Amino acid sequence: MRTTVLQSGNLPISKMWPRIGDEIVADERFDAVVVGAGPAGTAAAYTMAKGGLKVALIERGEFPGAKNIFGGVLYRKQLEDLIPEFWKEAPLERTIVEQRLWILGGDSAVTFGHRNLKYKEPPNCWTGLRVKFDQWFAGKAEQAGAIPIYETVVTELLLENGRVVGVRTDREDGDLRANIVVIADGVNSLLGKSLGIHREWRPDEVSLAVKEVIALPKQTIQDRFNLEDDEGCTIEFVGHMHGMAGLGFLYTNQDTLSLGVGVMVSDLRNKRIKPYEVLEGIKRHPMIQRLIQGGEVKEYSGHLIPEGGLDSMPPLAGDGWMICGDAAQMVNAVHREGTNLAVTSGRLAGETAIAAHAKGDFSAAALDEYTKAVRDSFIYKDLKKYRGVHGLLAMGASDLLFEKFPQALNDAAYEMLLVDGVPKKVKQKAAVGHLRDVAGGNWKLLRLALKGWRAMNG
Amino acid sequence: MTQTQSIEERLFTIRYKADDKSHLIIKDHEVCARCEHKDCNYFCPADVYLWHDEEKMTSVAYENCIECGTCRLACPDFNIEWLYPTGGYGITYKYG
Repeated sequence: MRTTVLQSGNLPISKMWPRIGDEIVADERFDAVVVGAGPAGTAAAYTMAKGGLKVALIERGEFPGAKNIFGGVLYRKQLEDLIPEFWKEAPLERTIVEQRLWILGGDSAVTFGHRNLKYKEPPNCWTGLRVKFDQWFAGKAEQAGAIPIYETVVTELLLENGRVVGVRTDREDGDLRANIVVIADGVNSLLGKSLGIHREWRPDEVSLAVKEVIALPKQTIQDRFNLEDDEGCTIEFVGHMHGMAGLGFLYTNQDTLSLGVGVMVSDLRNKRIKPYEVLEGIKRHPMIQRLIQGGEVKEYSGHLIPEGGLDSMPPLAGDGWMICGDAAQMVNAVHREGTNLAVTSGRLAGETAIAAHAKGDFSAAALDEYTKAVRDSFIYKDLKKYRGVHGLLAMGASDLLFEKFPQALNDAAYEMLLVDGVPKKVKQKAAVGHLRDVAGGNWKLLRLALKGWRAMNG
Repeated sequence: MTQTQSIEERLFTIRYKADDKSHLIIKDHEVCARCEHKDCNYFCPADVYLWHDEEKMTSVAYENCIECGTCRLACPDFNIEWLYPTGGYGITYKYG
């Protein structure tokens, strides 16, 4: 395992640029400064450096990935657009051949899933761990020529006549000037807010995810999940989260499992339940408990997920700046996709920057090509399809959708499969009646079904 | 079965490099005193905030913060000033 990227490639500026009294970098001018070395920022830096631009990649952590977590699944397509056959060298965990969806009742589950070995060739997606992956990815940007400036916080954007002309960092004499600033500072995006392009996220526009990495012997993982060699399996689950809008996940890594729950912050606040107690409840569910038993918790972590969807997306470009990834709410919560949207948005911002650089035009009009490119991509199209989901989840029906329906479905499945002499017709009638009662009547059930359909097909 | 874990045990799995000054600041303790539900005492994934009735103040264990940002946007009075820790400080994950 590599130690850190600080010891590879270029001598990092963070080493040449001590915290106190040094102006080596302060006088340097960059074509572009990228704030944040996650998937979006690194993709932008990589693209621009390859295109010959002088790029600084700024990261507040000790190294890229130090503060980053996700579920997490990494997808092939969007990274391959950037680095062909990256999977032959990138640190990935398991190639996912099976995806399961579990609808949890109190001590039961209704399960769906799809396993297909065609997902191996070409690989569709992998499980991953961000500390390793983000370091590798940022290393690629460094090799392409991006200048790493790590352990550095960007405290504000430098503005002149309404144009972004650089960044101020928390280092001594820490101003960096650039023609373009790519804002990829993640879900909290203090820079996006400072620019006034979005206000503070409402608690229903973000979910808080807490996660544990649980170590188990490789063979145990393979036996429990019916896997061979590098094959992997993902399980998403809903229900059994105190009636909060939320999604859980259990993913197989090489010799660890990633287990977590993400719940809407507005629900979490209303329920007054500690996030790690939601996770603890999931760990005790008999469906989950058997898969993780005997495991050792190696790491606890937490992060916000932007889940406002299309209507929460801010303007994407202006005079001297573009915004990418989580900072721009680019997450498809329904399909738990995020890093792939981030990578593509970073690449598109990078390509726009290269064209702007060639023309010497860094105005809002020139950088708006990035907005157009995003609109033409799967990012905008997928977020548009699921545009209504946020409204559906934020309408105050979390308890119905995420607790009562899952339980009613489990009860119905139990009754239908229980052979106790009661005729099937009677059982079916009872099950449908139960669902109707849970919803508050036939009419409400129908309206909810319609609303749900529209939310998923905008 | 996997043992139930306390929050202290969970946080012990994360490497911290604590700055000597807090990146989380309660803007006005009077606002906390008037706050009915003290939601921050519950929603924080690292138990950073605790209201003390006698001292009439919210204590901030910023050294435990995992930098998620929930408190900044979920405090009903926006009474928490939230900044990133100084570059290189705060949490460093091993897995992520």
